[in-house]
Amino acid sequence: MSEQRRTGRLSTLAAAYVVARRDFVAILFSRSFIFFLLGPLFPILVGGLAGGIGQRVQQTADRPELGVAMQAGDVKAMVQAHQRIASQLGQSMPVLVVVRELAPGEAFDPAAAMRGDRANLAAIVSGTPEAPVLTGPAERIEQWRGRVAMVAAEARASSSAVYPEVTLAGIATSKADQKHSRLVTAQLGQTVLFLLTMLLAGMVLSNLVEEKGNKIIEVLAAAIPMDAVFLGKLFAMLAVSWVGISVWGLAGGGVWLAAGNSLQDYPAPALGWPMFFALGVAYFSLGYLLLGSIFLAIGSMATTVREVQTLSMPVTMLQLLNFFFASYAIARSGTMVELAAIAVPFSSPFAMLARAAQDGALWPHLAAIGWQLLWVAVLVRGGAALFRKRVMKSGPAGGGRRPFWRRARAA
Amino acid sequence: MAGNAGDAQARPLAIEARGLVKRFDGFTAVDGVDLSVPEGAIYGILGPNGAGKTTTLRMLLGIIDPDEGVRRVLGHDRPHEVAHTIGYLPEERGLYPAMKAYEAIAFLGALRGLPLAEGRRRGRELLEEHGLGYAADRQIRQLSKGMAQQVQLLGTLVHEPRLVVFDEPFSGLDALNQGKLERMIRALAAKGTTVIFSTHVIAHAERLCDAVAIIAGGKVPFAGPVDVARDRIRPQVRLETRASDGPWRAALPADARHEGSFWYFSLPESGIEPLLRALIEGEAGILSLSIERAGLHDAFVAIAGEAAARALEEEKEEARR
Repeated sequence: MSEQRRTGRLSTLAAAYVVARRDFVAILFSRSFIFFLLGPLFPILVGGLAGGIGQRVQQTADRPELGVAMQAGDVKAMVQAHQRIASQLGQSMPVLVVVRELAPGEAFDPAAAMRGDRANLAAIVSGTPEAPVLTGPAERIEQWRGRVAMVAAEARASSSAVYPEVTLAGIATSKADQKHSRLVTAQLGQTVLFLLTMLLAGMVLSNLVEEKGNKIIEVLAAAIPMDAVFLGKLFAMLAVSWVGISVWGLAGGGVWLAAGNSLQDYPAPALGWPMFFALGVAYFSLGYLLLGSIFLAIGSMATTVREVQTLSMPVTMLQLLNFFFASYAIARSGTMVELAAIAVPFSSPFAMLARAAQDGALWPHLAAIGWQLLWVAVLVRGGAALFRKRVMKSGPAGGGRRPFWRRARAA
Repeated sequence: MAGNAGDAQARPLAIEARGLVKRFDGFTAVDGVDLSVPEGAIYGILGPNGAGKTTTLRMLLGIIDPDEGVRRVLGHDRPHEVAHTIGYLPEERGLYPAMKAYEAIAFLGALRGLPLAEGRRRGRELLEEHGLGYAADRQIRQLSKGMAQQVQLLGTLVHEPRLVVFDEPFSGLDALNQGKLERMIRALAAKGTTVIFSTHVIAHAERLCDAVAIIAGGKVPFAGPVDVARDRIRPQVRLETRASDGPWRAALPADARHEGSFWYFSLPESGIEPLLRALIEGEAGILSLSIERAGLHDAFVAIAGEAAARALEEEKEEARR
């Protein structure tokens, strides 16, 4: 060790970087990170399947079938008329199903047919296009009368009617519509922010467990300030979260764009999409750091996973309340309620993102980011101090340990 | 020993603590500890479990702050300001299991401000020097416990600290590695590095230390050179005689006790010559006589107090059963 010493004192941020780099690399190159990245695919897959099935069920349930039982020529005319009208009216027309093409003079009992196997038939149209008879449950047939009359009239016409082309003349969104759209964007932004924060910040809970389990925490505490350990761990997990969000965002966004969607189709937030996204990044980071610092402090106190889960529950509920509070404040822009939601550090990121959707002023965001950063610093320092006080202590000898002089003799 | 006590007095202090007090939930773990560790010294902290050794070391390192008192480490009141010149091996060792051996050393160096690339290079070099080069690319979880301990020890030293603090460094090591560690500590001191360690193996302290602090019940009843500690106890005389009784018996001090064919007693304040004369004149028939200077263990028992001595007796009783 004759070389000149090349070490230098680390600042808190430099020390935090050493910890963050270790954690980030360790997590990113672990096998479990693959599962972390794949994680959101499962709910999407399940949601997609459930949604698809639900939509199919709903479509089937929402579009009852009307049966038609007339003489063959009338049936053909009714079906063609139905097709022409359905092409104009779309989903609001019931499905027309041929129940029976009657031979001349053949008798047909629609009531008996309704009691038969075709349970999905809402009603049966019989008779002729000139005098259609609608048979079905009394409380339901009334709603089909107009549409059956329309189809019958179309079927009765000697030549098919030509429907004129309607020119569409759209106008710019009205003030009321714009306000409503931005409200929806604000709600959507808040919800996404909340879900991401809650899902990802939870990972911080068990973050110090490894160090405590490996006993390396004392080496860290002796070398660098505990603030730096906490800060490093928080930022490492934030970086890991960003990797995940980027992967999910790119994959999801790609699919979304490939499906022909565009942001132009949606009403722009008050600050515009680029700034809205930039602030979304900032508020996610700050919301993550705020909640993560609490979770990290809780996790550092706990000695078992059960304790971690027990302690995290109240925080999760409290965060849910903060989210509801911020949601409540969305529609109360400029009131004391909104100001309170912005001032409370844990609801502040949600409230401010909603504001970005609804209000075009930028400076309140700079003030809010400063305010939230201040709270991150306070919480990290508080958590680190609590950890030093409660965990990094050396008390009296435990009952189960061999006394010093006995170990001395044994040696 | 690395140097004599006289030299140590003249050297500047690497560690200076005055009146350190630490309380936990109403329990006073450390109660007014004073320490002075000269630069380049090998300094031992001896004490039973719960005496306050680890708490004292943690306060000196800035892991926890004292409730009262002051500490100066390498001239600084805040130990983290000089963390890059300190190495620390805690009693409960630990590394990240997924890290490779040389990476673990580099990481420990990086925590002390050593650039990562430099730490990696030195990590490989140190592993080679200590016969562990073949394990440089193995993960910590793939190493034996002893090897992992050596890796952590090398990580403690990779940034070439001026002050090294070991908490129970010999625990968990086999005799071979204990010897290696003793040689390493001597080599560090020879290069001017200050080494302070706590241990429950008094023999290590006796062999290595220039000075010790004996800590019991959170207090330090003795802190100073090892020789001074040993001089607290009068040398012990062991006498073997041909005659079992006679007028010579009157010359033995009051604390003399007979065990087997030997008499044991403290050397009288008047010295050995008057006693010898009385034994010869009293026709004791001296077969053998030896004077042994008190060991550090005896000094510890005497200084740490009755509680430690009583516990020692309990241990003897337990061993006998």
